[in-house]
Amino acid sequence: MGTVGAKDVPVLMSPDGLRIDGRREDEIRPIRIVAGALRQADGSAFVEWGHNKVMAAVYGPREVHPRHLQENHKAIVQCRYNMAAFSVDERKRPGLDRRSQEISKVIGEAFESVVFAEEFPRTSIDVYIEVLQANAGTRCAGLVAASVALADAGIPMVDLLPAVAVGKVAGEIVLDLKKEEDNYGEADLPMALVPQSGRLVLLQMEGHLTREELAKALDLGVQGCREVHAKMKEALRTRYAEGDGGAA
Amino acid sequence: MRPGRGTYRVGDTIYASILGYYDPRPPVAQVIPLAGRYIPRPGDTVIGTVTDAQGTFWLLDVGAPRWAPLHITGTPWKVEVGETQRYLHVGDAVLVRVESLDPTGRIGVTMLGEGLGKLDGGTIVTISPAKVPRVIGRRGSMIETITRMTGAEVAIGQNGRIWVSGTPDAIERVSEALRMIDEEGHRRGLTQRVEGYLTATSARAPPLIDPRLPSVVQRLHEPRAADGAEEPAGPDDDGPSSSAEPSSHEY
Repeated sequence: MGTVGAKDVPVLMSPDGLRIDGRREDEIRPIRIVAGALRQADGSAFVEWGHNKVMAAVYGPREVHPRHLQENHKAIVQCRYNMAAFSVDERKRPGLDRRSQEISKVIGEAFESVVFAEEFPRTSIDVYIEVLQANAGTRCAGLVAASVALADAGIPMVDLLPAVAVGKVAGEIVLDLKKEEDNYGEADLPMALVPQSGRLVLLQMEGHLTREELAKALDLGVQGCREVHAKMKEALRTRYAEGDGGAA
Repeated sequence: MRPGRGTYRVGDTIYASILGYYDPRPPVAQVIPLAGRYIPRPGDTVIGTVTDAQGTFWLLDVGAPRWAPLHITGTPWKVEVGETQRYLHVGDAVLVRVESLDPTGRIGVTMLGEGLGKLDGGTIVTISPAKVPRVIGRRGSMIETITRMTGAEVAIGQNGRIWVSGTPDAIERVSEALRMIDEEGHRRGLTQRVEGYLTATSARAPPLIDPRLPSVVQRLHEPRAADGAEEPAGPDDDGPSSSAEPSSHEY
C-alpha cells in the first residue's frame, strides 16, 4: 500500500451518515443479474453490481483436463478468476497474478463445498469468471455470477451462493464497499453464505476490526447476502418466465 | 414425501438441488430439470463425435458428463487391434446406442443394431435433450412432416443431437425448424407453426451464388495479372454488380 497524503483522502462519510455515493451503511449498490447470457457455455451469467461488470461461464460436468487431476469418486471444481486488461484505471497486465490465483482458489473451494460432486465421478466442473470492469467487490460479484451460472448449467448444489463484502469506513461498519471506500477504508471483509444452512463458505479479511466490530460486520454481511440471494433467484426465474413455461 | 430426483433432505425438510420445476406428486418430491447435460439411459440412440482413437476402442463425446468408449467388438467391422483409425477418425460422427450406465458414470455404447453406424456427410444440429420428444412428435408426426416437406434425411439422437443430410437449402430449413422446436417447443400450435414455416419456404430455392456475379469457377480461372492493379473506380456506375464484386485478393 502506498502512502496517502491526508489531502487525497475523499470524505467517505458525511456528517449525516451518508456514504460517498449517498448510501446508508446497510445499503447494497444496485445489482442486475442476467442468467444464461452466453450461448456456448453449459451455464452462464452476467452481473452488474454498482460499477462492477462480471461475466461467468460454466462448463461441465465434463472430462477432466489435465487427466491426473481426476478423482475417482467425485467431480472436481476448477475455477479461474481473471481480470480484463481494461477492467481497471491503469492497464492491468493480462494473465494470472498472485491475486487472481488466490481468488480462483477461494471461490473454487467455496463451490466445492456446495456442489453435489459425488453425482459425477471422474469429471470436472469448470467455472470461468471474467471481470470486465472493476470497482471493489469483484470477488463477490464474480462468485455471485458463477453461482447463477452453475445453477443455469443444471449442476446440483446445496444452494445458491450469495456473497457480499462488509468493511469499516471512517470508523463505521458498512455494507458493500465501493472503490473509494475499499481504497481508503480501514477494513474489508468479503464473505459468501449458504442461505439454506447459514454456513459461511468464504470469509477473508484485510485491515483491522475489534471483536465487537467483527460480530457486527458478520451480521450485516449475512443480511446483505440474503438480499443478494433474492436477486439471484429472481434472475433464474426471469430466464424461464418467457412464454408460458411448462408445469407452472 | 420422500426426496426424489433433483432434491436432498436435511432433517424433515426437502430442498431442491437443481434448477427446475417442482413435481410434488406423492410419495416422491422431485424436481424436473430445466438445464443440464445429457444423462444417458440404456436403450437411447445417440449421436456421438469421435474424440480419441485408442488401440481397441474409440472415445465418443455424446454430450454426457463423460466420454463413452466404443469397443471394436461393438462395431459391424472386423477391426484389427491398433487399426481403429482406419475406420473412424477424430471428428467423425456416429449413431450408436447406449447399452449401460454404471454408478461411476461410465457409458457403454454399441454400433451393432439396425440403423446404427457412421454418419457420412450432412451436418449436426444440437438442441436441448429435453426437447427431443417434440422433434419426434406424436407417433413420429413432427419428424415425418419435416422430412417430407424438405426431402432431407434426418437421424435423431436422444442426446439432443440431430444429424441432417440433403441439399443446402433443405439443411437450412430443417435447422430453422429444429431451432423453432428448441426455443418455442413449450408453446401451443408448434406443429402448425413449423409446418407454416416449411410451407412458406418450400417454393424458395435461393441460388447458392448471386447470379449477378460472375461465377466463382470462372473467376478462379481468370488470369491473375490483374492482381494488385486496382481498377479505376467507375464514377458513373456503382450498381450492385460492381460494388458486390470482391477484389481478387480474397481468392
